[in-house]
Amino acid sequence: MPFDHDTVVGFSKSFGLIYLVVLSVICLAWTYWPSNKKGFDEAAKMPVLEEDDRPWR
Amino acid sequence: MLADFTRAERVGALLILGGLVVVGLAMAIGGRGDILGVHGWLVAGLSLAFFFGAIRQFDLPEPSAARLSEYYDAPTRAGIILTLIWGVIGMAAGFWVAALLAWPDLTFDVAWLSFGRLRPIHTSGVIFGFGGNALIATSLHVLQRTTRARLPDALSPWFVLLGYNLFCIVAASGYLIGVTQSKEYAEPEWYADIWLVVVWVTYFAIYMRTLARRKEPHIYVANWYYMAFILVVAILHIVNNLAVPVSLGSAKSFSLFAGVQDAMTQWWYGHNAVAFFLTAGFLGMMYYYLPKRANRPIFSYRMSIISFWGITFMYMWAGSHHLHYTALPHWVQTLGMAFSVVLLVPSWASAGNALLTLNGAWHKVRDDAVLRFMALAAIFYGITTFEGSFMAIRAVNSLSHYTDWTIGHVHAGALGWVAMITFGSLYSIIPGMFKKERLYSQKLVEVHFWLALSGTVIYVFAMWNSGVIQGLMWRTYDESGTLTYSFLDSLEAMHPYYIVRAFGGLLFVLGAATALYNTIMTIRMPAEVEPDRGQDLPAEPALQAGE
Repeated sequence: MPFDHDTVVGFSKSFGLIYLVVLSVICLAWTYWPSNKKGFDEAAKMPVLEEDDRPWR
Repeated sequence: MLADFTRAERVGALLILGGLVVVGLAMAIGGRGDILGVHGWLVAGLSLAFFFGAIRQFDLPEPSAARLSEYYDAPTRAGIILTLIWGVIGMAAGFWVAALLAWPDLTFDVAWLSFGRLRPIHTSGVIFGFGGNALIATSLHVLQRTTRARLPDALSPWFVLLGYNLFCIVAASGYLIGVTQSKEYAEPEWYADIWLVVVWVTYFAIYMRTLARRKEPHIYVANWYYMAFILVVAILHIVNNLAVPVSLGSAKSFSLFAGVQDAMTQWWYGHNAVAFFLTAGFLGMMYYYLPKRANRPIFSYRMSIISFWGITFMYMWAGSHHLHYTALPHWVQTLGMAFSVVLLVPSWASAGNALLTLNGAWHKVRDDAVLRFMALAAIFYGITTFEGSFMAIRAVNSLSHYTDWTIGHVHAGALGWVAMITFGSLYSIIPGMFKKERLYSQKLVEVHFWLALSGTVIYVFAMWNSGVIQGLMWRTYDESGTLTYSFLDSLEAMHPYYIVRAFGGLLFVLGAATALYNTIMTIRMPAEVEPDRGQDLPAEPALQAGE
């Protein structure tokens, strides 16, 4: 397979498209998966928790 | 500084500094007939000064084990001060080059006062000096708080902070004496580039090592943005700076790329520097300090994740919109344009997320200038990303490209978004970092806020007007089909706007100077008196040294 313009375009239009669509689907599914909600809600509170400003032991 | 180091770290520091002295001397000797030699002496001199400083402190008592129950904030404190100093230097250089555009005679026929040499001092000074130090300082602060873990050691954060500033000094001094590889925002030559890679890999290693020690299972989203910033900037920097030096004794190098491949690599770098240096890193700042200051969790944590993957996937492809109507293949230009338009979705998701977090707390935004800086940053982030997507469309770009509209767009982002979120975040941590009850003067924060806002608005409006007029004059034809205006006609039409722009920039740099003054005065305030603190803590495990 020669590394020329047509090859690069073909690669972008096939693999590139699948890559982005699949990654988007994975990302959206993971973010909106119902059982993940609790963890995200907990994580969101992290900056506002009033605690001692020191590392946990 | 060395008081925080263990004995092994002190030896390590001396070895690094000694090695740097040798490298500097080698550069000075190998490059004695070249400007490389100047940088050799600079590196050797600075390293030697630090080497002797380290030797003087070498026999200080070792730090106590109690330090491990505190976060390690000394590098953050130094980083805050460096941020503000570089901010004043970089913005003052910006004001000066803006004045040069209005009054070109101000170079006084001195080569190193010319626009071409001072302009990269402005751009590198604000992006790398101001922005980079702000990112290093805040990322180390956020990283520790969100992982509930102390930095793994004391030596590596200092190596990153000081090594990074050595890079900035070599870069800025190089521009003055004529060292540049003529790639925008990647001007420093090969030896400075190699040094930055070493510093940057250490920076990423600090992040990974601290995350590996984390006590909090979930990695808070701000860290994702900071890590994307560090990782992607490393990739961009290495690829775009692939070059072959003329010799090891010469500052000059030639890029591995040529022609349109060089242009594509450069703007893939250039646009992603905007995306990951000036956006992802500062979004990390926003996602931690804005909720913290408003005392409200982020409106939608899920949306922040979508935004994260959205910008990391899509920004990578957007760079080619800088090369519309060039020899770059048409489909690559269209690809860049399409991704730039789609980028509006994750960008506005972040801007909206920030503003919806503040929704219901507008009274805090009204009363608290620090939070107002952050709120305004989110608004400017929304404006700038909309404008950017719009300008990337080929037809719009045919009017805007090469005009001052681009400069206006960049400064809406740099002043309105990057600098505002930085000042807001720094003001919010300065009292705690320097163990003071409050800032020296809340009034001065107000003064700074209004200087910054009015400066930005004046600057951006001047450049919008100037850019659109410029673009229109360049494309106006008369009945015979020839151009109506010469380039000089358009230049004369720009003159009043250039004066207004310089004035807007002056207001902004005055604001930055106010921030520096306020910070110094805060540090000099008497220490906070806290009689009861320390009793309201969980009992320390009774562990004695040697037990």
